[in-house]
Amino acid sequence: MTPRARTPYTIRLFSMMQRGHWIALGAFLAATLVVVPILNLVVPEGSAFHVSAYAITLVGKIMCYAMVAVAMDLIWGFGGILSLGHGLFFALGGYAFGMYLMRQIGRDGSYQSDLPDFMVFLDWKGLPWYWSGSDSFLWVSLLVVAVPAIVAFVFGYFAFRSRIKGVYFSIITQALTYAAMLLFFRNETGFGGNNGFTDFKRILGYSITAPETRLVLFGLTALLLAATLLFARWLTTSKFGRVLTAIRDAESRVMFIGYNPLWYKLTIWTISAVLCGIAGALYVPQVGIINPSEMSPANSIEIAIWVAVGGRGTLIGPVVGAFVVNLAKSWFTVSFPEYWLFFLGLLFIVVTLLLPQGLVGLWQAIREKVQNTRAGHATPGEK
Amino acid sequence: MIRHFLVSLIFALALPAQAALDPQLVRQLTDEDSGTKVTAIRQMALAADPEAVRVLKAMAEDNLFVAGSQVVIIEGEQAFDAATGKPVKMPASPESPTVNNRIRGELAAALAALKLLDADRAVRLQAVQALQRKAEPELAPLFERALKAESDPQIKGLLAIAKAQADLGNKDPAVRRAAVMVLGETTSPAIRSLLLPLTEKAREPNDRVRYAAISAVKAIDGRLSISENLGRVFTGLSLGSILLLAALGLAIIYGVMGVINMAHGELLMVGAYSAYTMQSIFRTWLPDYIDWYLPAAIPLAFFAAAAVGVLMERTVIRWLYGRTLETLLATWGLSLILIQAARVLFGAQNVEVSNPSWMSGGIELLPNLILPWNRIIIIGFALFVLFLVWVLMNRTRLGMFVRAVTQNRSMAGCVGVPTSRIDTLAFALGAGIAGLGGVALSQISNVGPDMGQGYIVDSFMVVVVGGVGQLAGAVWAALGLGIFSKLLEGWAGAVIAKITILVCIIIFIQKRPQGIFALKGRFVD
Repeated sequence: MTPRARTPYTIRLFSMMQRGHWIALGAFLAATLVVVPILNLVVPEGSAFHVSAYAITLVGKIMCYAMVAVAMDLIWGFGGILSLGHGLFFALGGYAFGMYLMRQIGRDGSYQSDLPDFMVFLDWKGLPWYWSGSDSFLWVSLLVVAVPAIVAFVFGYFAFRSRIKGVYFSIITQALTYAAMLLFFRNETGFGGNNGFTDFKRILGYSITAPETRLVLFGLTALLLAATLLFARWLTTSKFGRVLTAIRDAESRVMFIGYNPLWYKLTIWTISAVLCGIAGALYVPQVGIINPSEMSPANSIEIAIWVAVGGRGTLIGPVVGAFVVNLAKSWFTVSFPEYWLFFLGLLFIVVTLLLPQGLVGLWQAIREKVQNTRAGHATPGEK
Repeated sequence: MIRHFLVSLIFALALPAQAALDPQLVRQLTDEDSGTKVTAIRQMALAADPEAVRVLKAMAEDNLFVAGSQVVIIEGEQAFDAATGKPVKMPASPESPTVNNRIRGELAAALAALKLLDADRAVRLQAVQALQRKAEPELAPLFERALKAESDPQIKGLLAIAKAQADLGNKDPAVRRAAVMVLGETTSPAIRSLLLPLTEKAREPNDRVRYAAISAVKAIDGRLSISENLGRVFTGLSLGSILLLAALGLAIIYGVMGVINMAHGELLMVGAYSAYTMQSIFRTWLPDYIDWYLPAAIPLAFFAAAAVGVLMERTVIRWLYGRTLETLLATWGLSLILIQAARVLFGAQNVEVSNPSWMSGGIELLPNLILPWNRIIIIGFALFVLFLVWVLMNRTRLGMFVRAVTQNRSMAGCVGVPTSRIDTLAFALGAGIAGLGGVALSQISNVGPDMGQGYIVDSFMVVVVGGVGQLAGAVWAALGLGIFSKLLEGWAGAVIAKITILVCIIIFIQKRPQGIFALKGRFVD
């Protein structure tokens, strides 16, 4: 065997994206990891440049949503499978990590018990078996990844094996998250019922409300979002990603060529669920609450609209969409709460009718038009 | 127990007394102490004297007064001596004895007990039914006496049960045991809860009575569970008919256009609000015919929902042809807009839609199984709509076109079916049927902006299980899912039922991806 010359991994990594994209990513990381902490901690509160805690929480929350949107885009934009149940995986990750935060409260709860308050309230004597070990950060981090992965794998295996697709698959995922929501609403299932998990005090021993903790979580979210984007980039440009796109466009043909779509779909489906779980785990300490309404079908379908608004099949699109829609939501629900649903409904309709490629598609179309007119001016009379 | 003994004694003594009442007893009715009053009322009831009826009635109607040492009944301008019934001079300052709720209850029971001996059969029947709930041990002799005098078999049966209930408090274990045996033959949750204490050693020292009670409770439980399950099947049937009305429209639209209309639940809501609007119109302008608002609401609901449907199809869905996942999102957007519009128009709270008088009440099949009229009528209505849809789909030109487009759109277009008009009409039809479902739903559930949200998943499950393009599939799937989910809910609770059904459907699709009734044909995407 003669050793074949291989491109070094570093080169392959850097050639994965254009230079402009690398610069944008670097700027994003610099802004979130350096500029925002300085503006928050160093710049005094009265200053126009001060970034408030509210803004940090909001942006941190939206970055978690953006991760979910990227996960959704992997399965919908690249796999052609529209899931209306991604809120479930998000919430599973959130609940797993939420329990760790509940255990971190220790004896500072209103009942001064080792058990979380809601369990004392229900007169439980011990933790249920599935929560054992939830005081360990490592074990919980494993749960955050493993639980969504297992649920997604089992469900996906049966769904894809019997070749459920299109609207069938969408509605069944919606039913799945709906059923899970009902389950988590029950008090006796051990997920805190209606109120879910809240009133967190500390994380890894640090106070959860301290500005420094907040910034660390914020920076961690930004890092993980960047990592998610890089990973998604690598995945979609790999051979795997190409087969996946082919399955999206013509599943039967891919099958006839000799690929089994089941494993491709199942892999991307599980990866997508895991990403959602991680986003959920980052979301809970920043927002401070996780409850079953995160699993409501309406929430899950909103994830799809973030992706659609930004632009499916691109990786920056979902991030843009998550930011645009959620900033609009924050603004609307404060200024015109009655009109938010009208706006959201119209957004669903307008985006699907008029902007099938989303904002990114619109941007590209405008840029092309501008370039064409420039070219047209340069060589008049050609048209 | 001494009181009990005294009562029996006095009952035996009072039996022959038919003339004037014992003035001492009448005097006791106005005693300060409630306990004394109750004793007097019970004694008078046992006397079963027409005079006693008169006095007790007067007391219940607040016509009994005390004036010095005299107890009088004042009716209008006239005063009568309570004990003898003779007219007396109007007393100067009559005082009314305190009649509190406890006394009122005792009076009602005593009057009912006295009615047991009434000449009118209807009055006796009513009396015994009223006493079933309040069969005190003291009344046992009265029941026995009424039982002897009674000839009507139905009342006799009820009296026997009432007497057995009263006998449960008897001192003699043999009497108690006999009573338990009689009660073990009945089917009523109320009697079951009466017998339940007797199955405990602390409450029932006698072993034989206790064993009899245990087996009686078991026997009642067995019969109760049968009728409970029958009740669940019936509720399931009515839920199934609503699901059917929702799913028929969904299935037609999905069959023709391959579109899942996520706003279908909101079309149900449009139908339900149409019923509410019609009710308001009748209340304002035609209050005399208020019972007729529901029939009048049916066409309104159909056309209102159909109009919304046409609007949706023409403005949005038509332009997304072939992009089913996007249509899913767009129709979800439409549903959000419709929900918010309903909030703006009718308020965010649920509105009240009442049953017309001819729909209230029900048929009592068994003591704990009442079939409410509104659910019976809904089942009938769903069957009627189903019949109309069947005729439309199988016996008309439009139906033929719809079926043709469902089977093969391009081929149907080639032979001259105006596919785009059929799309609109099919959408209008499906929406209209959903509107009808909304009217039916308004009669058994809350009417509010969010009411449609819960139905989309369920009705889609019907389409999945039933298979597309077949009415029969939708019918069997809707009724089956309705009954199955209600039975499961009864056994395992609503949440477990929902999850079980979901799992069952996922397993079911593994076996039959095309539903129960698949269209035969060769398709490839």
